Amino acid sequence: MNGPLLFLPLIPLLPFAGFLLNGLFGSRLPKALVTLIALLAPLGSLAIVAHDAYLFWSGAITFPVIEQGAPTWISVGTLHVDFGFVLDQLSLTMLLIITGVGFLIHIYSAGYMAHEKGYWRYFAYLNLFLFFMIVLVLAGNALLMFVGWEGVGLASYLLIGFWFQKTSAADAGKKAFVVNRIGDFGFLIGMFLLLANFGTLTFSEIATKIGENPGWTGGVLTCIAICLFVGAAGKSAQIPLYVWLPDAMEGPTPVSALIHAATMVTAGVYMIARSHAIFDRSPVALSVVAIIGAATALFAATMGLVQTDIKRVLAYSTISQLGYMFLGCGVMAYSAGVFHLMTHAFFKALLFLAAGSVIHGIGGEQDLRKMGGLRKKLPVTFWTMTAGVFAIAGAPFLSAFYSKDAILYAAFQQGTFGRVLWAVGLFTALLTSFYMFRLWYLAFFGKQRAPELHPHESPWSMLGPLVILALLSIGGGWIGIEKFSEWLAPAVGTHAVEAAGGIPEWAFSVIAVSMGLIGWLVAHVLYFAKPDQPAKLAGSFSVPYKVLVNKYWVDEIYNALIVKPLLMISRFLLEWVVEFAIIGGVVWLLAGIALLTGAILQKWQSGNLRSYAAWLAAGAAALLLFAGAVLLAANGVDIKWAGWK
Amino acid sequence: MIPLSWYLLLSATLFCLGIVGFLVRRNLITIFMSIELMLNGVNLSFVTFAHQWHLVKGQIFVFFVMVVAAAEAAVGLAIIIAIFRARATLAVDRIDLMKL
Repeated sequence: MNGPLLFLPLIPLLPFAGFLLNGLFGSRLPKALVTLIALLAPLGSLAIVAHDAYLFWSGAITFPVIEQGAPTWISVGTLHVDFGFVLDQLSLTMLLIITGVGFLIHIYSAGYMAHEKGYWRYFAYLNLFLFFMIVLVLAGNALLMFVGWEGVGLASYLLIGFWFQKTSAADAGKKAFVVNRIGDFGFLIGMFLLLANFGTLTFSEIATKIGENPGWTGGVLTCIAICLFVGAAGKSAQIPLYVWLPDAMEGPTPVSALIHAATMVTAGVYMIARSHAIFDRSPVALSVVAIIGAATALFAATMGLVQTDIKRVLAYSTISQLGYMFLGCGVMAYSAGVFHLMTHAFFKALLFLAAGSVIHGIGGEQDLRKMGGLRKKLPVTFWTMTAGVFAIAGAPFLSAFYSKDAILYAAFQQGTFGRVLWAVGLFTALLTSFYMFRLWYLAFFGKQRAPELHPHESPWSMLGPLVILALLSIGGGWIGIEKFSEWLAPAVGTHAVEAAGGIPEWAFSVIAVSMGLIGWLVAHVLYFAKPDQPAKLAGSFSVPYKVLVNKYWVDEIYNALIVKPLLMISRFLLEWVVEFAIIGGVVWLLAGIALLTGAILQKWQSGNLRSYAAWLAAGAAALLLFAGAVLLAANGVDIKWAGWK
Repeated sequence: MIPLSWYLLLSATLFCLGIVGFLVRRNLITIFMSIELMLNGVNLSFVTFAHQWHLVKGQIFVFFVMVVAAAEAAVGLAIIIAIFRARATLAVDRIDLMKL
């Protein structure tokens, strides 16, 4: 490749080197060196990404950069898959988020995990995650993306189950992995269909082929798009595969921030944006994406209303915000979806890290009911958290205000169908604001409800990233959706924006902000002004409250309908078919053959030497007869008595 | 000139005597001697053919057989003595520990 060096392969390989070093030798290295290796790896990647971004802005390179002459991976017949990377506006944006937020969370982790036994193991996994995530984002074809896709699933499994001595953590890891497998199955089928219909898995070639056939819509494209969306729904925790994400909170809090809020769970959104050429041609698939997105946003938000675990509130909030992103993708506003992805990465990573700082500060307690009054004791955490809460609630001029508005505005333009989605999104915004302010009031205001806790502020290695992320959460959206769309347009295409029936855009902003305000007011009344009110409300609305507290019994329903029957069938297959019939049968059969042969053959073993000798002689005689009479005669040799000379 | 067949018949007779002795006698030393008889029957036919075809190979084989037979006699007699010490008998019908 000519032109300036981009060092693309180095971006994923640096964290991989960090993983190898810490993973292989970490247990023997001093802690400071482990930290150094773990922090240098993402920092190096971030530096290279920044370098490439600078090259682009200074005009030295033009996007998309498609790596030529990448090493071949698979070459069978017409199928050709290589390790090619693609750098364009979309992947650069993702890379900046991943390495930037990833680096901050690495710093935070160094403080948060300082007293952990498996310190080196933690950082090895974290670097491994970065490696796979970068591969996922940079991949130029679906199969290479799948490698990253599976890899982040693996890293997520390892990190959720980081405290594997705890049964709940180990189970949560397994659950995440298994549920993701269901989604991956969809992704795989989608890839097979791509291969069958396009003969290639490279994104750019697929886009070209679709571009050559303007009349090609629906049909098999819908099928592919839906399959890919199943994969995205698994990874990004959408209905019906969202159940793993709340349980994934068993992992360390920085992991929840990095993997289960900022980066990995957004891979589904990224994948849809990356393969937008297919989705664009299938109105049905787009509607499915939009409906599932909106439904997930609402559904998860309602469950977030009554959670008492600070991390679980944030987990449901993440599912809900991911629903927004899918809603954006579903109405072809990919740039709005990715925009929200970016701002969400900032404010949700901030919220999780701040929650982690709270948990750290009060000695591992996660129950909101035991917190309260932490505002004075944890001032930095409080102020950064406040920035995050206001951002996610959609307060004017903070990041989510721009991105959420962009999605809702785009949804509104899709006719009646879009207006329903818009209404759902708007109502979700109200719920979002409510449950976030509820968390805010419960944790930081009022009196401390558990006097046995002794809150203390976290070290600066944790507060530093919080402050930076707070600034990003405030200013991350100032670029505005117009500029952001323009920037992403070459990668995700431009989609005609119609005027929304004469209603000016600021009107939408006013409506959305007022929704956030209502949510805040309700939370203020219930959790600040009249703190005894929520219990009464829960009493008078006991049925809906129970439904929400039990999370619609979805876990229980899945257990009864899918997990239990599956386990029963597996047990039956294992115990009766495999163990008893196959393994047992083969063993008994072999033993029976041996016994029977032995019973027959032992007749010869009489112990009588002369009978052995007789058999031997008889055998020799038979051989002689055979050799002399049969073989020689058959070969035409004449047996004669030769005369004596 | 004595015809070839006479030598061969003698050899075969010796061999068969050896077999019969091996099969019908009960004493281990007699059985052992029968084996030697069989070996020498074969040796005789080797020598006969070597003489007939004017080839030295047959005679070399005989030497091999004799060497092996000598070695075998040494080992065999040692085993027989050991058996006799242990069991005070050489009747093969009684030496049947391996019998199931």
